Amino acid sequence: MALTLEQVRHVATLARLALTPEEEQRMATQLSAVLDAVAQLQTLDVGDVAPTSHATLTASLLREDVTRPSLPPEKVLANAPAKSGTSFAVPKIIE
Amino acid sequence: MQLTDLTMLELARKLDAGEVSSVEATCACLARIQQVDPRIRAFLRVDEQGALASAEASDARRRAGTPASPLDGVPVGLKDLFLTEGVETTAGSRVLEGFVPPLDATVVRLLKEAGLPLVGKLNLDEFAMGSSNESSAYHPTHNPWDVTRTPGGSSGGSAAAVAAREVFGALGTDTGGSIRQPAAFTNTVGLKPTYGRVSRYGVIAYASSLDQPGPMTRTVSDAAALLQVIARHDPLDATSAPAKTPDYSAELEGGVRGLRLGVPREYFAEGMDPEVEAAVRAALAEYERLGATLVDVSLPHTQYALATYYLIAPAEASSNLARYDGIRYGLRAKDARGLKELYAQTRERGFGPEVKRRIMLGTYALSAGYYDAYYLRAQKVRTLIREDFTQAFKGVDALVAPISPVAPFKLGEKVDDPLSMYLMDVYTLPCNLAGIPGLSVPCGFTKAGLPVGLQVLGRAFDEALLLRIARAFEREHDFFRRLAPVEA
Repeated sequence: MALTLEQVRHVATLARLALTPEEEQRMATQLSAVLDAVAQLQTLDVGDVAPTSHATLTASLLREDVTRPSLPPEKVLANAPAKSGTSFAVPKIIE
Repeated sequence: MQLTDLTMLELARKLDAGEVSSVEATCACLARIQQVDPRIRAFLRVDEQGALASAEASDARRRAGTPASPLDGVPVGLKDLFLTEGVETTAGSRVLEGFVPPLDATVVRLLKEAGLPLVGKLNLDEFAMGSSNESSAYHPTHNPWDVTRTPGGSSGGSAAAVAAREVFGALGTDTGGSIRQPAAFTNTVGLKPTYGRVSRYGVIAYASSLDQPGPMTRTVSDAAALLQVIARHDPLDATSAPAKTPDYSAELEGGVRGLRLGVPREYFAEGMDPEVEAAVRAALAEYERLGATLVDVSLPHTQYALATYYLIAPAEASSNLARYDGIRYGLRAKDARGLKELYAQTRERGFGPEVKRRIMLGTYALSAGYYDAYYLRAQKVRTLIREDFTQAFKGVDALVAPISPVAPFKLGEKVDDPLSMYLMDVYTLPCNLAGIPGLSVPCGFTKAGLPVGLQVLGRAFDEALLLRIARAFEREHDFFRRLAPVEA
């Protein structure tokens, strides 16, 4: 299946990835080749097969809903590219 | 013989006997790194201070007669995918350059508690996406057996460091073969445990339903000893199995007499390097000579595993890597106007081509209109692949097969052809899809002197049997005694 440049741009927007025009072109070619290769799955009859989302899970994964200590704010913020007080700083969203 | 030529357990015995100190062993590693790493480039970061402090503490425990574990004082390295408190951790990506984790991954904590000095962080394909280490954002790692060739990937730095005797052992992670293939390419032992056997807490995620950390060592006995340290149920990882950790060394010498070993015929497909096939076939014959029965088995859905993997893993990756948005840690694009632009530009600048390719593929496979045809269908085929193994294990104790269809290839040879690179994983990734354990043990060399590995696959939580099977072969052919010819 050949991906159009239009489709590549749409997926890039969904993935929050800015791509250069060269990257878009390369992505269209390379992803099309991979999609061609994975198309062989369409030949299998999987009508009655249940999906496996996880290899070994059998039990509930929920822990008890109790409060417990978490990382202190200064540790959480230590790697922040920009911060303001005890918050992460981001560019202005609302005009 | 140099100190660094010792195996982990040989060093441990010398530490026990007081013949050598952990500080001496750690210094020997640091000197060896200085000597050979400019050619191998296995390390992204060496933590000299941290390793020496840990070695001194270990020596103090030995003097007091209270070693923390049988491997107390044995220096090891970590793939740069494991969070290590206070030591930069990048996952081989520019997007995490400068990131200093505020906590340790559970396995890192376990290694520290067991007293193993952590020498540094080892190179990998960016976010563990690759089979050759060439997608690392920093530099490729070179194979100690031939520096013009790849050590495999994604745990190529770990494999190369062990093979070049820069560390006594290392941890890697395996999502589609990332421990086993580099082990095969470097004449080392690599074990991907059962999914859930080793905690993934603090291990930077690639594909969460497939990722599994494991040991990379020069011998099978070392792999058993290192697995003993890291295999634990971990309440911090909701997918960690609440299983008891057996004594992995206890049955190591039990041999293979009476075992039924399945040989999956789909793992010997056309296009396989004849020298690789010959080495693997010779190993199979050896098992017969040692008293095992070889059984021809079929895993009929093997041909669909590659496609299944290259839909499921990128889908999970596209979701996991959404967190690299320039807000809380890592790179942030400067001069972006607004939040959307900040996300898009940060990710454009931070991720390399392979990571972008997989994010795009995953996003596509999960997007409206394609989810059923791609992602859901792949999950259903995953069920068929799992059932193949369940069926096979009804008649055999374990499976023996090749790891890779080829010997280590040249750096640069496949880098522009993603599909041909993906084909390198064809014999390793069904194991991840099924969640079962897999091991790579050295089984020979090509005429050019390149290592070949043998794969042993087993039932879930049957690591002890895999180690025993591998050990039986290692006892007869101590390929691990052959040392990679790398010198300064």
